[in-house]
Amino acid sequence: MKKLWRYLPALPALMLSGCTVDLLQPRGPVAEMNRDVMVAEFVIMMLIVVPTCAATLYFAWKYRASNKEAEYLPTWDHSTAIEYVIWGVPALLIAILGAISWWSTHAYDPYRPLQTADNVKPLNVQVVSLDWKWMFIYPDLGIATINQLDVPTNTPLNFQITSDSVMTSFFIPRLGSMIYAMPGEQTQLHLLASESGDYLGEASQFSGRGFSDMKFRTLAMDPAQFNDWVEKVKSGSENLDDTTYPKYAAPQEAAPVQYFAHVQPDLFDGIVAKYNNGMMVDKKTGKVMHMQSASNAAPSDTGMKE
Amino acid sequence: MLGKLSLSAIPLDVPILVGTFLGVAVIGLAVLGAVTYYGKWGYLWRNWLTTVDHKRLAVMYIILAIVMLFRGFADAIMMRTQLALAYKGNPGYLPPHHYDQIFSAHGTIMIFFMAMAFMTGLMNLVVPLQIGARDVAFPFLNSLSFYMTLVGALLINISLFIGEFAQCGWLVYPPLSEMQFSPGVGVDYYIWAVQISGVGTLLTGVNFFTTIVKMRAPGMGWMQMPVFTWTAFCTTVLIMVSFPVLTVTLALLSLDRYLGMHFFTNDAGGNVMLYLSMIWTWGHPEVYILVIPAFGVFSEVTATFSQKPLFGYKTMVYATCSIMVLSFVVWVHHFFTMGAGANVNTFFGIMTMIIAVPTGVKIFNWLFTMYKGRVEFTAPMHWTLGFMITFSIGGMTGVMMAMPAADWILHNSLFLIAHFHNVIIGGVYFGYIAGMGFWFPKAFGFKLNEAWGKRAFWCWFVGFYLAFIPLYVLGLEGMTRRMNHYDNPDWYPWMLVAEVGAIVIACGIVCQLTQLYVSIRDRNLPENLDLTGDPWNGRTLEWSISSPPPAYNFAVIPDIHGLDTFHTEKQLGRQAHGKPLAPIHMPKNTSAGVFIGLFSFILGFASIWYIWWLAAIGLIGIVATMILRSADRDVDYYVPVSEIEHNEEVYSRRIAAAQAAE
Repeated sequence: MKKLWRYLPALPALMLSGCTVDLLQPRGPVAEMNRDVMVAEFVIMMLIVVPTCAATLYFAWKYRASNKEAEYLPTWDHSTAIEYVIWGVPALLIAILGAISWWSTHAYDPYRPLQTADNVKPLNVQVVSLDWKWMFIYPDLGIATINQLDVPTNTPLNFQITSDSVMTSFFIPRLGSMIYAMPGEQTQLHLLASESGDYLGEASQFSGRGFSDMKFRTLAMDPAQFNDWVEKVKSGSENLDDTTYPKYAAPQEAAPVQYFAHVQPDLFDGIVAKYNNGMMVDKKTGKVMHMQSASNAAPSDTGMKE
Repeated sequence: MLGKLSLSAIPLDVPILVGTFLGVAVIGLAVLGAVTYYGKWGYLWRNWLTTVDHKRLAVMYIILAIVMLFRGFADAIMMRTQLALAYKGNPGYLPPHHYDQIFSAHGTIMIFFMAMAFMTGLMNLVVPLQIGARDVAFPFLNSLSFYMTLVGALLINISLFIGEFAQCGWLVYPPLSEMQFSPGVGVDYYIWAVQISGVGTLLTGVNFFTTIVKMRAPGMGWMQMPVFTWTAFCTTVLIMVSFPVLTVTLALLSLDRYLGMHFFTNDAGGNVMLYLSMIWTWGHPEVYILVIPAFGVFSEVTATFSQKPLFGYKTMVYATCSIMVLSFVVWVHHFFTMGAGANVNTFFGIMTMIIAVPTGVKIFNWLFTMYKGRVEFTAPMHWTLGFMITFSIGGMTGVMMAMPAADWILHNSLFLIAHFHNVIIGGVYFGYIAGMGFWFPKAFGFKLNEAWGKRAFWCWFVGFYLAFIPLYVLGLEGMTRRMNHYDNPDWYPWMLVAEVGAIVIACGIVCQLTQLYVSIRDRNLPENLDLTGDPWNGRTLEWSISSPPPAYNFAVIPDIHGLDTFHTEKQLGRQAHGKPLAPIHMPKNTSAGVFIGLFSFILGFASIWYIWWLAAIGLIGIVATMILRSADRDVDYYVPVSEIEHNEEVYSRRIAAAQAAE
C-alpha cells in the first residue's frame, strides 16, 4: 500500500496527457497571472511539505519501538534551536508568499482596467445572470446575446456584471478570475483573450435546479471576424427592451443561444435599479439618482419595478 | 389544522426514499423490539437516557456521530455515483431536485451532526478526567445539550421522509434560500435543525469553558493542563464567540422567510453580501472548532505512543491559542470573488496564510515528539501518521487558495471541495477516530481490535487519495462544485476514479464496524481487557483511575505538581494518595433534558410545517419543564464512603490480577 502511494503523484501527469487543463493552459494575461501565482505557491509550499512528509515517514520508521539500536531519550521535550527553526522557516515562507499576495492582488485586481501596448479601445460588455442562463449586452454596439459571448482578441474586455435572480458567479476558466453576479449590485471584471478559440464559460456559484446547464461558449476571434459577427447579429430582427425582456428573462433550463439586433440603451441600468427602488448611480457625476432622471432617453421603466 | 402538512409531503414516488424508510423502520423496530424483549427499558431510561454522567453522554454523542456518519456517507457515495453516470446526455439516477437536497444534507450532517457530535463526545469523555474533576460544571445542561443536538439530527433526518430538505447548499445562501426561490419546507428544516442543535453546542461551550476554568484539580495551573484540555478550552472559546453569530444570522433568515422581512432578499434593501459576511464569521471559526480538538488528540496519541513527552508543550499551547485568535480575522477568504477592494482581499489573504505558521509548528512538534522516541504502531498512531501527511498536503492547497489571485480561479471549483475534504477527513476525522481508539478502553474497559483498526485506516487512507486527488485535477480542469451532470469528456475518467475511491472508503467504514463487532465479541480475552485503567502507559490523569471509571471519577482528587504528574509518579513508583475518603457530592439523574428535547422537537417540527397550535404546545412545554426543573430541589446526593471503598478495593484487586498475569 505504501508503495502504491509513492506512485500516486505520477498518476495525474499520466492521466493528464492529451486533456485540457483549463487553469494550467491560460489564454489571456489575467489567467496567466492566476496560473503563475498558483504554480509559484505550489512550488514554494512543496519546499516545506515534501521534507515534512519525508521526515514523518523517516522518523516514524527509524524510531519504531522494535528498533532498539536507535537512540531513545525518554524525557527530551525541548530544544530552543529547533523551536527557532520550526517557527522561523514557515514564517519566512509565508512572508515570501505574503509579498506575492500583496503584489498580485493589487496588480490584477478584477476591478482594474487592462491596457494593451497599442492602446486598443476596450469592449464593454454588460452581463446579466438569469435563471439559468447568461445575457450579454454590448452597450456600445447596441446588440445582445444569450448564452454566447463573442469577443475580439487582444482587446481589453470591461465587464459590468449583475444578476436578475439569485447570486451566481461569472467565470471563464481560460481567461482567468471570476466575480460574483448579485442582484441590485454591479460588479466589475476586466479580462483579455490573447488567442482565438472556443472557451467554456460557466456559472460557478450554485443557483438552483438548472445550475448544471448554466454554461456559455466564449468565442474569441480576431477583430475583423468579430466585426463581421456584429454585423450578422445586427441584421437580425429580435429586439431586447422592457417589453420583450421579461419573456427572455423567465427561468429556463439549458437555454439555446439567441441574438438580439437591437437593445434598449438603459436596459442594464434598469435591471440593477429595480432592486434599488429605481435608484442608480449616475456614471458621470457619481451621484445616486432615480433611473428616470438619470437616463433622459428612456420614457419609463415600467415592468421593471416590483 | 395541519398547516402545510398533507399526505403529499411523503415522497412515495421516490423509490430510493421508500427503500431507505423501510430499512430504517426495520432496523428501528428490531432495536426497539430487542430492548423490550430483554426488558431493558428501565435500565436504558435510568442509566442512559436520563443520565448526567459526562462519560455516558460522551458515549451517546459518539453513537449519534457514527449513525450520522452513515447517513452523510450514504449521501456522499450517492453523489459520486451520480457523477460517475451522468455524463454526455445521461441524466444519471438523481434528478436535480433530489441531488440538490443530497449535497445540502451531506454538508450539514457531516459538520453539525457527525463532526460536532463526535468532537463534543470526545470532550465529554476526556476533559473532566484529564483535569481531575468529578463531572462538568453544569451536569444537567450537559444532558440538555445532548438532547438539543439529537433533536437537530432527528429533524434533518425526518426531512427525508416527510417533505424535503434544503436545495441550496449546506450554508443556504440567500437569495436562493429566501421564500421567493425556495418556497418549500426544505430551508425551514435546515434552519430549525441547525438552530436547535446550535443551542446545544453553545451550552456545551459555556459548560466546558466553566469546567476547565473552575474545576481543575488543585495545583494544575494553566501550563500544567494536558494538551487535549488546552485544545478543548480553545474550542469552547471559539464556540462561545462564534455560535451566537450563527444563531443571529439564521434568525434573520427566518424573519425573512416567516414574517416577510427583508434582511437578505433581493428587494427592499435586503443584502446578500451581509449574509455571506455573517455566516462566515461563524463558519471559519467553526472549522477550527472541529480541528483544534483533533490536534489535541494527535498530541496525546503521539506522546503516548512515542513513549516520550510532547515536544514543545509551550509552543503547542501558544500555537493553538494563536490559531484560535487568527481564526476570527480570515472569514473574507470565503468570498474573495465578491468584488472587495484589493487592500481588503490582501489583508484577509495574508491573515489566512499566517495561520499556516502555527499549524506548521504543530506538525513539527509531533515530528520531534517521535524523534528519539520509541514509536509503537498502534491503530491510533496509524491515523496520526496518515494525518500528518494528508494534512500537510491539505494545508498546502489551503495556502494556495488563501492567495486571492489564485482563489479567483479556484473558488467554487472541485479543487476547493478536494481541499476542505483533505483537511476535514485528513485532520478532523482521522483525529477523532484516533481519539476513539485511544480512549475507548477508558470508556468501556477493553481495547478495540488492532488488526481491524489498521485495515480501516488503510482503506480510508488509500480511499481518500483515490477519491479526492481526482477532484483536485477536476478543479484545475474548470469543473465547478454542485453540478448534477456534465458533457466534458476530460472530466469523466476522473469521476470514475473518484467513485472507486468512495467505494474504498466504504470498505474502511465496513472495517470499522467489524472492528467494533470483533472487539465487543472478544472483550473478555485477557489481552483485550484493561484491568489497570492504564493500557497504553499513559501520561495524563485519566489513566490513573479504573476503566471504566466510577460515576464520581476520582475517589480522591489528586494533587498536581506539574505537567504529566501521573506519569512522573508512575516513574517514581509513588502511591497515588494517602488521603482519607470522604462522601462524594454528585448530581442526580434527571429526565428534564429528555422532555425539553421532546418539546423542542415538537416546536421545531410544528414550525417547519406552520402548525402553530402544536408549536405553541412545544414552546409551553419547554418553558414548563424548565420551571419544574428549577423548582426541583432534589438534584443531588452523596456517594457513601462504603461504596467508594468497595469500588477502590475492586480496582486494586484488578490491578493485582493484571500484575499477577504479567
